[in-house]
Amino acid sequence: MRITQHPILTFERGGKVSFTFDGRRLEGYEGEPIAAALHDAGVKVLRRSMKLGRPRGFFCAVGKCSSCLMMVDGRPNVRVCMEPLREGVRVETQRGKGALVERG
Amino acid sequence: MKGVEIAVVGGGPAGLSAAGSALQAGAEVLLIDDGQHLGGQLVKQTHKFFGSKEQYASTRGIEIGRILEKGLEGYSNLEVWLNSSVVGYYPDGVLTVLKGEKLLKVKSTKLLVATGAAEKMLAFANNDLPGVYGAGAVQTLMNLYGVLPGRRALMIGAGNIGLIVSYQLLQAGVEVAAVVDALPRVGGYWVHAAKLRRTGVPILTSHTILRAEGKEWVEGAMICPVDGQFRPIEGKEQRIEVDLICLAVGLSPLSELLWQAGCEMKYIPPLGGYVALRDRDMETMVQGVYVAGDSAGVEEASTAMVEGRIAGLAAAVSLGHRIKDAVGLKEELWEELEMLRRGPVGEKVREGVKRALI
Repeated sequence: MRITQHPILTFERGGKVSFTFDGRRLEGYEGEPIAAALHDAGVKVLRRSMKLGRPRGFFCAVGKCSSCLMMVDGRPNVRVCMEPLREGVRVETQRGKGALVERG
Repeated sequence: MKGVEIAVVGGGPAGLSAAGSALQAGAEVLLIDDGQHLGGQLVKQTHKFFGSKEQYASTRGIEIGRILEKGLEGYSNLEVWLNSSVVGYYPDGVLTVLKGEKLLKVKSTKLLVATGAAEKMLAFANNDLPGVYGAGAVQTLMNLYGVLPGRRALMIGAGNIGLIVSYQLLQAGVEVAAVVDALPRVGGYWVHAAKLRRTGVPILTSHTILRAEGKEWVEGAMICPVDGQFRPIEGKEQRIEVDLICLAVGLSPLSELLWQAGCEMKYIPPLGGYVALRDRDMETMVQGVYVAGDSAGVEEASTAMVEGRIAGLAAAVSLGHRIKDAVGLKEELWEELEMLRRGPVGEKVREGVKRALI
């Protein structure tokens, strides 16, 4: 959910872009962190913990806590609270540590 | 490898102020920040600041960030790297920096650490559920990106951050069920508490959270009063319906680089944890390594700015740059710091700073 009215703030947002989350098509604003767009869409679980598979969500928003690591365009362990949203990115829930990918 | 006179790590209030005073003195500065923008956490501070005119009292934090950033305009001796994390500091003064996806090396004569602080966690059952946030994260989501973190919130901590963020939640249209704090009295400024109480939000002192409830995310919280020894009083548990639990239980300095640099570190609880010992130039026990702001001890943005100016000035002067009456200016800045730390609220900080100064 977006804040539409605020007593103090106005929000400068980039253009609308679309991206996918686990195959689902979602929309957000270009340049905002991927996590903000996911939050707006009501996505709360961003990854699963390594041993117990417990849900992990957004926690620190400043790239320090590792709670929001996700797969972005096949790249694991991306901090989506910092990673800017771009048109067409593929965002996926990460399970476990993720694997290093070869770049073509 | 890039060479520079002063590398400032962190572009928040301390780092921006440090860069500003070093640039004014004629030093060459590389300002490095891991975010997409300068200003650090000022970019989400919608409340007006206290203090004196020199620290932009009655100006909103977001505005202060812009003013500081504007102050750096027009300097040809400044380079800014955003989206860049300093990941290592080596004994020969080399920094490794992850800039985007590139690993770069920087050789700096002086290193100025202004990395800020990170939020503390609180131990309670299910504290890892999505919907449990640091107060700063809630501010970022709401005030920077305009996204609602939830519909109904429980705030843990009645210090200034807990009180201010509760009010900001209300401004964004989120209901605040309660603010709880284990201490028997409100820790934050009275004016913030009063503002919140006028809206009808209960501030439950001598209360704690026992657990977050929910399977995949927060659906409620169990809170409970505590006795004089902070033990929950049995049979008094109360469940409240919330989808958002916000932690405002303090910050601890981000001091990894200072540890790496070999600075002498001391555990000083009133400053939030381990901090580097330093002199009145804000220079640590490792020559050429300076510290300022929350990474030197958790305080306020106002003190961070003054410490930044002291450190930036001192680093520039030690490089041989000349500035008119540098000694007098430094003393003035220290007076400003003392003024900001005055009164009963600053008592703990004053004691902490005394222990950190050499």
